Amino acid sequence: MGELSRFWRESDHRYRIMANKCGNCGKVYFPIRDVCPQCHRESIGKMKPLELTGKGEIVSFTIVHEAPPSFVRQRPYTLALIKLDEGPTLTGQIVDTDGSNVEIGKRVRAVFRRIGEDGKSGIIQYGYKFALE
Amino acid sequence: MLSNNVYLIGAGETKYGELWEKSLRDLAVEAGLKAIENAGIYSKDVQILYGSNSLAGIINGQENIGSLIADFSGIATNNIPAVRIEASSASGGAAVREAYLAIRSGEYDVVAVGGVEKMTDIFGNEVLDMLSSLLDREWEAFFGATPAALAAISARKYMKDFNVKKESLAMMSVNDHANASLNPHSHYKNKITLDQAMNATSVAEPLNLMDCSPITDGASAVVLVSEEYMKKNKLDGVRIISSAISQDYLALHSRNSLYTLDSTRAAARDAFMKGGLKPSDISFAEIHDSYSIYGLMELEDLGFAAKGKANTLVEEDIKLGGRLPVNPSGGLKAKGNPLGATGVGQFVEAFLQLKNKADKRQVKDARYGLLHNMAGTGSTSIVHIVGGE
Ligand SMILES: [Zn+2]
Repeated sequence: MGELSRFWRESDHRYRIMANKCGNCGKVYFPIRDVCPQCHRESIGKMKPLELTGKGEIVSFTIVHEAPPSFVRQRPYTLALIKLDEGPTLTGQIVDTDGSNVEIGKRVRAVFRRIGEDGKSGIIQYGYKFALE
Repeated sequence: MLSNNVYLIGAGETKYGELWEKSLRDLAVEAGLKAIENAGIYSKDVQILYGSNSLAGIINGQENIGSLIADFSGIATNNIPAVRIEASSASGGAAVREAYLAIRSGEYDVVAVGGVEKMTDIFGNEVLDMLSSLLDREWEAFFGATPAALAAISARKYMKDFNVKKESLAMMSVNDHANASLNPHSHYKNKITLDQAMNATSVAEPLNLMDCSPITDGASAVVLVSEEYMKKNKLDGVRIISSAISQDYLALHSRNSLYTLDSTRAAARDAFMKGGLKPSDISFAEIHDSYSIYGLMELEDLGFAAKGKANTLVEEDIKLGGRLPVNPSGGLKAKGNPLGATGVGQFVEAFLQLKNKADKRQVKDARYGLLHNMAGTGSTSIVHIVGGE
């Protein structure tokens, strides 16, 4: 299934929130892109790596009760869209707090956590989640 | 000078629901044969077949759907092309659109489209992981996102920014169930009250079970022909006036807005322009309300209401006797959402409505139907306008 390479390939981005920045227009992308959707050909070869601070604010969120098998043991969990200070918005869980404390607009920072229970190959995946500031 | 107009001349489908006793191929063949019989042609007349399906590869372990359908429909030795079209939950609309283009191009005169999904061949919440393949697996689903969770994230932001109450979302589901109770093929036959819609088990807050389309098995099929073929063979049909498809970012977090579906706006604009029509011309709409919130967002992005104002339609206007009946079939919530079949099923409903054969759920004076099919959280939208004669 190629499960292993699927996970290690992205680990740098998931562990350190590695984004990239278009050398033509300056827009920051996470996950990284080989081509800037605004600059197209002008951006090719000019997308430069950029490590994000992991700080941002909650755009919106939900508390998930019905989850796929690898997340069942975490139920209920809070899933949010976070707008990072450098520009990109990403999807991640909010942890270390009760869902009732979560609000749109609240500040968060990234923390490094275990994400899924296991893939088909039984490995544990790590990456970012977010905690209220 | 010949026109290259395209007509729908036949439609058929299985019952939608949890059909334990039926396999993927049983469903596809049943719908396909019904459509061909309904069209008044023979399977030997079909020149190309499009199968639409989303998840058979991971749910049923079956790919090569085009061949499967052709083979078990008994036309393997006709040696006609048979391919599968996949565009996630918009596979059905995409397949009908390919059929439309095949005829418009002049290459074919008779095209069959069969959409099928067999979703109950998998245990419990494993199907949720498979459904999450409609999303960006690495950057959404990996972190615990499901289609329902992302719809809920849109819903919360929408309700806050426009001060819309949860009741307005629930009304979409109430309407779907009311219409489905009149559709013999629907997954659910029960009407629900607003109270029931508001107080069901939570799935992803603020959405509950009654905001979410179910896990459904089913198949729908249609036959499309050129105007020339239709007239030469003294057949009767419903015209596909326009067809449009549009694309947006795959992941919700990459989009410009959590509640404006740019792909739907673009496809709708294109479909209305090509058809020379406007939203007020439409007699009924079948929209892709896989989650109740999408019903409101889509009504806005299709041009039926201003942004944040679809709640003004859900009380009266979208009912069967209302100004713009929405989802007379029962919609994705209550007719059901067998992904690859869903978009084709919208054409089955439109065919019945426009032929005045929709029985108890018949829209009065139905002239133009708008059909909207969408992939995932809005990455692809397909809009067709049918009818007119
Ligand atoms: Zn750029």
